[in-house]
Amino acid sequence: MSDVLKYFRQERLPHIWCPGCGHGTVTGALVRAIERLGLDKNKVCVVSGIGCSSRAVGYLDFDTLHTAHGRALAFATGIKLARPDLKVVVMTGDGDCTAIGGNHFIHAARRNIGITTIVMNNEIYGMTSGQYSPMTPKGMVGTTAPYGNVERSFDLCELAKAAGATFVGRSTTYHVPLLIDLIEKALQNDGFSVVESIGQCPTYLGRKNKIGGAVEMLNWIKDQSVNVKAAAALPPEKVKGKFLIGELHNAPAPEYSSEQGELIGRVQRNYSDIKGGLWECASNSD
Amino acid sequence: MPKVVKLMQGSEACTAGALAAGLRFYAGYPITPSTEVAELCAEELPKIGGKFIQMEDEIGSIAACIGASLTGKKVMTATSGPGFSLMQECLGYASLCEIPLVIVNAQRMGPSTGMPTSPAQGDVMQARWGTHGDHPIIALAPGNVRECFDLTLRAFDLSEKYRIPAIVLTDEVISHMREGVELPDPAEVRPLRRAAPSSPAGYKPYAADPDGGVPLMAPFGEGYRWHCTGLFHDESGAPSGKADVADKLLRRLQLKMDKNAPDMWDNVQEGTEDCDIAVVSFGSSAMSALSAVRRARREGVKAGMLRLKTIWPFPEPAIRELASRAKAIVVPEMNLGQLALEVERVAGCRSRVIRVGKVNGELFRPDEIYDVIMGAK
Repeated sequence: MSDVLKYFRQERLPHIWCPGCGHGTVTGALVRAIERLGLDKNKVCVVSGIGCSSRAVGYLDFDTLHTAHGRALAFATGIKLARPDLKVVVMTGDGDCTAIGGNHFIHAARRNIGITTIVMNNEIYGMTSGQYSPMTPKGMVGTTAPYGNVERSFDLCELAKAAGATFVGRSTTYHVPLLIDLIEKALQNDGFSVVESIGQCPTYLGRKNKIGGAVEMLNWIKDQSVNVKAAAALPPEKVKGKFLIGELHNAPAPEYSSEQGELIGRVQRNYSDIKGGLWECASNSD
Repeated sequence: MPKVVKLMQGSEACTAGALAAGLRFYAGYPITPSTEVAELCAEELPKIGGKFIQMEDEIGSIAACIGASLTGKKVMTATSGPGFSLMQECLGYASLCEIPLVIVNAQRMGPSTGMPTSPAQGDVMQARWGTHGDHPIIALAPGNVRECFDLTLRAFDLSEKYRIPAIVLTDEVISHMREGVELPDPAEVRPLRRAAPSSPAGYKPYAADPDGGVPLMAPFGEGYRWHCTGLFHDESGAPSGKADVADKLLRRLQLKMDKNAPDMWDNVQEGTEDCDIAVVSFGSSAMSALSAVRRARREGVKAGMLRLKTIWPFPEPAIRELASRAKAIVVPEMNLGQLALEVERVAGCRSRVIRVGKVNGELFRPDEIYDVIMGAK
């Protein structure tokens, strides 16, 4: 068994999540992918927003940044652009990423900035006790949708792809080996990567909607999922109402902070005499 | 070295001051009357290996700045009223997490979209209290183009030294005005930099003297592996919901500003040593006010001028001293009495404080202030 504990601030454990929560499974998948790649702990930076999922970073032994609600990708953009050599990971929830942080999400994807975004989608606002999110399936109950949610939910992977993400995959907290594989590939993609992990919130989504506890929820999630490879061979009626899991999009393109680096090189070649500028500065000095 | 006088705009001087301070990262979103700062940063930063990014909004702009500051870069964003409003949440984050950061806020008429883009000084209180909760903040107000350079450089120095976000509070006139400016010799500029730990061993990111101490700041990516959170946190950076941890942290942050305020205060005085009528103002209003004070002096009225370069922390001793001498303090400002509220608080009943607010989008004419001085004598 691999020693993943070395990636945790063990003195900060136990975590705050409810029994049966799926967020620990996703956090475990991330560190397993990091271990497989043998990444230097000192060169990994993990950023999160606000919500249950975003508390994950506090337990991880990297440079970690727990930011404001919805803003993780904007903070991470500053880190990646300032330090392109760092491996920057964002851990975010469905509300954090797709509601309050939706604008930052599409623009980070559009820029193709080298950030690996792991969306821990449990289809509900957990931290605030079970309000419906943009990812709550239509018809489900939340504390702010007591008669059933009438809003349509996003297909987050399609959104990421359309906005310009260069690697997109989806797994679940039931399909853990696939989840680790996808995060590993996402970390290797030099560009904006999205891995959506659909997971269980037995406390709010499961209980309110009478799906059951963690085990029943995992089975419920499994039954709705179809692997993208298998789906290709299935008749449409077998795929209808289900979500695809697996690698959904992989289209490498120039990464944003590298493009900025090239721009700087070009400007410096063309403006070697900068004394006519606003202020005489030593080049590249801090 | 021969003296070089350049014709410069306020925004240009702010940018030059930031570059002199060591600016290496700018994230912003276009908004008049601050956009020239972004345009100049986009042009100048790549030449020196610095980074410029135009974000999707002002929330993202300040967030990206905080991220870059955490890697050790000196960072800045520039905005105006509506954008400054959007930045407030993350300004609170920077204040709590003690992230060095400079914001140039070129004030315009508000609230809301207001009257774009006439000058105003309506963000005095927003600069201090725009974000929720008690927190330290620094706000400096240049009164001419050269001061745009000096006070932007100063804002960086103070923000780096005390790990408190610093705002350069200009207005549409100060930012867009052009004057002949002689900048200092680059060799004589010695910008400050945040104190950093020497080794990751035993590093506690928020360990500091509870009596207003400033913790050492390690850059991300250098092996310190520390946790930065907008939750209240203990010395190790771990989030905490404990009453004593919260109390200790918030009191230290406040003391950091209170104890070091004398180092942050700066003002310009003329004729205050023997004045009966004092005028307290800042920014572009102070230009008209000074003209009015000088005219009153010429006509035999003992008028004096106190122009504040530091708005926050509020310079209580300077106002108290003035109130011990002057029977009336006139406070002209392009809002309905935001600075005057503070002057009244400090002056108490020692001096009569006369509010002179202007909110029609026009600058004060000197005679408007002169008339108030003459009426108060």
